[in-house]
Amino acid sequence: MTNTATETRSVVVEREMPHPPEKIWRALTQPHLIEEWLMKSDFKPVADHRFSFRADWGAVDCQVLEVEPHKALSYTWAAYGLESVVTWTLTPTSSGTLLRMEQSGFRPDQEQAYQGAKYGWQQFFAKLDEVLTRTD
Amino acid sequence: MTPDIRDILFRALADPTRRALFERLCREGEQTVGALTVRAGVSQPAVSKHLTVLKQAGLVRDRHEGRLTHYSAQLGALAPLIDWTSQMAGFWQSRFDHLENLLRRMDQ
Repeated sequence: MTNTATETRSVVVEREMPHPPEKIWRALTQPHLIEEWLMKSDFKPVADHRFSFRADWGAVDCQVLEVEPHKALSYTWAAYGLESVVTWTLTPTSSGTLLRMEQSGFRPDQEQAYQGAKYGWQQFFAKLDEVLTRTD
Repeated sequence: MTPDIRDILFRALADPTRRALFERLCREGEQTVGALTVRAGVSQPAVSKHLTVLKQAGLVRDRHEGRLTHYSAQLGALAPLIDWTSQMAGFWQSRFDHLENLLRRMDQ
């Protein structure tokens, strides 16, 4: 359990969609559309713009890093002690677009670990019964 | 990370009194056994016993100063419980589903 603070990990979700990149780009960048599939936000496709995603469970603080219209978009994503970067990549294919999302970040430590753990609490208790049964 | 570490952490935090003690140390910082007992609702020997379990799990550390023992939370010990990648993977998969629904509706 040492040296965990600098360990980078990432989540990748990739899906081919039968829609042109321009259309997917709109869904990724226009707040009234973003709200329909992700969360409410005051996003603007402008580098350095600070914004947040809001949901009933809390907020995610973000800052735009990179905007390459119809091709790539990245922003920081900070919530519950998780400091990460979300990068969207749109690659045209013969039948539409390959949409790729990569979220990379750092394993939290110290205070962040506690904040993150609170978020993980629910999952934690779901596993509790199983573990106790196994070890008793 | 071995499953054993998780088992130890789960067992240590499964008890509500122990969990309350740990959460207090997280929120309020280092405290003596006496200070923890005042609000724990159990006897000092019981608090000491719970603290020993937390210590064995690596969740707290003790520091002796004269006759007093101070306990503090070791938040890094929770790291194995926070598998944010699996939480976020599930989150994004469902968001991709919503996004595909939206894109279909945008056609109309």
